[in-house]
Amino acid sequence: MIEIRNLSVVLGAFALHGVNLAVQTGEYFIMLGPTGAGKTVLLESIAGVQPILSGEIWLGGRNVTQLEPEQRRASIVYQDHMLFPHYTVRENVTFGPRMRRQAPAQVAAALERAVALLGIERLLHRRPDTLSGGERQKVALARAIVTDPEVLLLDEPLGALDPQTREGVQQELIRLQAELGITVLHVTHDFEEAVIMGDRIAVIGDGAIRQVGAPDEVFRHPNSEFVARFTMTSNVFAGAAVKEDGGRAVFIVDGVRIVTGADLEGPCHASIRPEDILIADAAAAAFPDDGCNRFTGVITQIVQKGSVVLVTAALPPPLVCLLTRRAYGEMGLRVGQAVRLTVAPSAVHLFRG
Amino acid sequence: MTGGRGPVSSFRRLRACAAWIARRGLTGVFMLLGLAIFLFITVPLLKMLLSSAAEPHIFWQTLVDRQVVAAIWLTLYAALIATAVGFLLGVPLAYLLARCEFAGKKLVEGLIDVPIVVPHTAAGIALLFVFGRSFAVGSAFERIGVTFVDSTAGIVVAMLFVSVPFLIDSAKEGFRGVDVRLERVARTLGATPWQVFVHISFPLAWQSIVAGGIMMWARGISEFGAVVILTYHPMIAPVLVFERFEAFGLDYARPVAVLLIIVSALVFVALRVLTGRGRRT
Repeated sequence: MIEIRNLSVVLGAFALHGVNLAVQTGEYFIMLGPTGAGKTVLLESIAGVQPILSGEIWLGGRNVTQLEPEQRRASIVYQDHMLFPHYTVRENVTFGPRMRRQAPAQVAAALERAVALLGIERLLHRRPDTLSGGERQKVALARAIVTDPEVLLLDEPLGALDPQTREGVQQELIRLQAELGITVLHVTHDFEEAVIMGDRIAVIGDGAIRQVGAPDEVFRHPNSEFVARFTMTSNVFAGAAVKEDGGRAVFIVDGVRIVTGADLEGPCHASIRPEDILIADAAAAAFPDDGCNRFTGVITQIVQKGSVVLVTAALPPPLVCLLTRRAYGEMGLRVGQAVRLTVAPSAVHLFRG
Repeated sequence: MTGGRGPVSSFRRLRACAAWIARRGLTGVFMLLGLAIFLFITVPLLKMLLSSAAEPHIFWQTLVDRQVVAAIWLTLYAALIATAVGFLLGVPLAYLLARCEFAGKKLVEGLIDVPIVVPHTAAGIALLFVFGRSFAVGSAFERIGVTFVDSTAGIVVAMLFVSVPFLIDSAKEGFRGVDVRLERVARTLGATPWQVFVHISFPLAWQSIVAGGIMMWARGISEFGAVVILTYHPMIAPVLVFERFEAFGLDYARPVAVLLIIVSALVFVALRVLTGRGRRT
């Protein structure tokens, strides 16, 4: 278990302030945030290699705040692996046990276990500069787990890998965590990675934790504009909510009324995920009246992003909708075309932040 | 006709050469400038070596001259001791400068390089102020039997003073080149700060430290000004070259200088080869 109490760190012009966080034993926890948010500083503070200003760090029920890094039992794996270039893979993996002056038989047993877990037997005699990115990551993981740490701290572990290798290592990490039952704190800026891998997610920005929750909760119900925008909710509006007859809240922005499923009144923000908006040609047959919000707008922008397409339609305000490339092709959408947009009230999330 | 051909053909060759340089643009111009400085360095050395080879009997006499051999040997090992002391005291400082931030760090870095720019005779006088018998440090060492005036210890101190910045600067750059995250990972794996230094930082900065050590040793061998102020006797080779030049002239100074250059070059090349081999393995 990792428990961080009111942690503050100052590093030049950057500062982490009043961070509180609890990661349960055996949990795969994702720290999600943009570059410069303080993710790596937080990891290094937990590992003890970054001096802190105030606060407490507890690992596995021990207050380790005053302990040296080598006494904390927290292994860190960096994005670019940080394998010791002058050592072979075997020497890299056994570095921890050797420094802890374990008996040769113990070192050999630890090596055998870690190597088998990661499947890197054939790499043992190689030097780091002869390994591929995926192989290096496996060696870095083997080196980190060989000392049987309380927590595994992963700093953007998939960031330096090509998409194919990335997927393999992603599965490897999930399997490894499940087999070892180890507590993992994994930092990333990739929200898809966070959704796929995390039991829970914390969103960090500007040196503070903004929201903690299950992936679906964070993505569906962001508590601030920062979280909403960072989790790729393109549609975030500032406006006001009023209660109507029947108790349902209606969000009003630029004169447009959006019926919501939320229970909030007064000035607030609304977020709608782009994949929750249905788009159709304005000339298409009308939808049945199922209580959904229906708007007519004009397409102002079309952005192709690999397998998906983002279509912006101005009501106003502009609403961004996500389509698969195939659906986009079949509909033959173009800029300037009039379209009808449908949004279910349950897809509209209101928040004060 | 025949008399006019020479200058015409030289002029053609010059034009062809200029055209060749112009065709290569920047590379051609830089090659020309580089060649000029390369010749500036090598021609005097080669000239001295060749003129010594033309008078082998004088060179042979020098080779068996006990005073010359003793002076060269003293130069080499005094520079080596200075390098060893510089290594022991300079490498830790280089590590601190590479890794730690503290008030006045820039000033410390600047002061370390002062011996490179100070005239070395002035450096010798400054050293005399501290290591002379009538001064605190000098008299303290004298009580344990070490004197720095007219002694090997004086030579070592003078060489150390003028050459240790080369080692410190090179080692500092070497340590800066070691990613601090390698050290951090090592700490989280269970290594103490001492173990991290011995097993990670030092081996990874080793090439720069050795390069700095070689530079320091080479600079120590060539030192004259600071040494001659502190210690005229026993005589190191550069002082002996000066004395022979003053007393007997160029013909007798030259073979000592040639011998010193040959011995230094051989050791220098041997060290480069050895450290280069270390780099590949």
